Amino acid sequence: MASMRDIKRRKSSISSTQQITKAMKLVSTVKLQKARGRAEAANPYFNYMYDTVTSMLARSGNVNHPYLNGNSSSKKAVIVITSNRGLAGGYNTNVVKLVTEGDFEKEDTLIYAIGGKGREYLAHRGYHISYEDPELMEAPDYEDASKLAATLLDLYGKGEIGEIYLAYTHFKNTVVHEPTMMKLLPINLEDVTLSDEEKQTQMNYEPGEEEALEGIIPKYVTSLFYGALVEALASENGARMQAMDSATSNAEDMISDLSLKYNRARQGSITQELTEIIAGASAIS
Amino acid sequence: MAEDKNIFKVEIVTPDRVFYTGDATFIEFNTTEGEIGVYKNHIPLTTVLAPGVVTITNGEDVKEAAVHAGFAQILGDRVRLMAEIAEWPDEIDERRAEEAKKRAQERINSKAAAIDMKRAEFALRRALVRIEIKH
Repeated sequence: MASMRDIKRRKSSISSTQQITKAMKLVSTVKLQKARGRAEAANPYFNYMYDTVTSMLARSGNVNHPYLNGNSSSKKAVIVITSNRGLAGGYNTNVVKLVTEGDFEKEDTLIYAIGGKGREYLAHRGYHISYEDPELMEAPDYEDASKLAATLLDLYGKGEIGEIYLAYTHFKNTVVHEPTMMKLLPINLEDVTLSDEEKQTQMNYEPGEEEALEGIIPKYVTSLFYGALVEALASENGARMQAMDSATSNAEDMISDLSLKYNRARQGSITQELTEIIAGASAIS
Repeated sequence: MAEDKNIFKVEIVTPDRVFYTGDATFIEFNTTEGEIGVYKNHIPLTTVLAPGVVTITNGEDVKEAAVHAGFAQILGDRVRLMAEIAEWPDEIDERRAEEAKKRAQERINSKAAAIDMKRAEFALRRALVRIEIKH
């Protein structure tokens, strides 16, 4: 049996860890509230954007544009959105798994890493990191998102990359976060379904249809990207809150277990001392 | 009332919030092709926005807002503006806009190779719209 002193030391170490995890849980709860507010405020824009763009494209079925038809390049760009800090349970690993277990050849995949953890994991596994931006995860804003989106669209336009994917964690609610892989470009028209009413209205474009698409698609990509960022931030804090919550309750269990052991050891040592004294006294008399 | 028949819905949405939703009888805004005014039952139209002032008229009530970049979807009884940035006049700091205008002009005039001309021009236009709506 471990000595009383060892148990005591162990117990105090665990309880100080518990204090840390408790504090981290509180911090991420507050951050989650904030991030969730932002994600929810941003939500209508992305839904409208998605609806508008897909219905627009579905209606104008025969537009010949590289954004829809793709180009000949076999390179795939993947924007991987992870956190900069760990201690968030499976949050980062789940996103990385989408890439490592998905249909992505190492030679043909260019990683655009937002957040340090995903970059570390993927670089370690031998993926090519084309770009990294840990800062963006700290405070996502629309302008930064649009800069990166513009860079990617530019490469896409030049034919240096053939497909653009987005790997992030979808924030469903506080407890459910789904790692999601989304194809940004070329847009898959088969996924789009239209209501009858929508099919009937004939849409006009000003300027011409292709120029309008040219202007709107980059905004579509940017907005999806920005939406993914704010959702990922909310998910990160949600995941961390859960991880820290279970860490705190695990520490609680360990402490109560150790307390029991400590008390037993204490009782054992008292009994032993008493036996020794009694034995000594009877030897004298 | 005859006016009721002429009312349609207006939504202005930005990445940060739903900027405005409400009824209108007439809306005016700036597109890359020039200014456009929309009444109810306008033909369905999708168009790209240019930085400018949006005027929403509902009977006697007139609201103005600055909108920079985005696109608009007009469907008979509904107009939806997907703006990247939208601001009410009282949210705009005129001094900052003036400074931004000066900065952008200097950048454009300096003609150094390192500057992004399109960005500078865009910044200038944004500042001008902000100043315009304040007056």
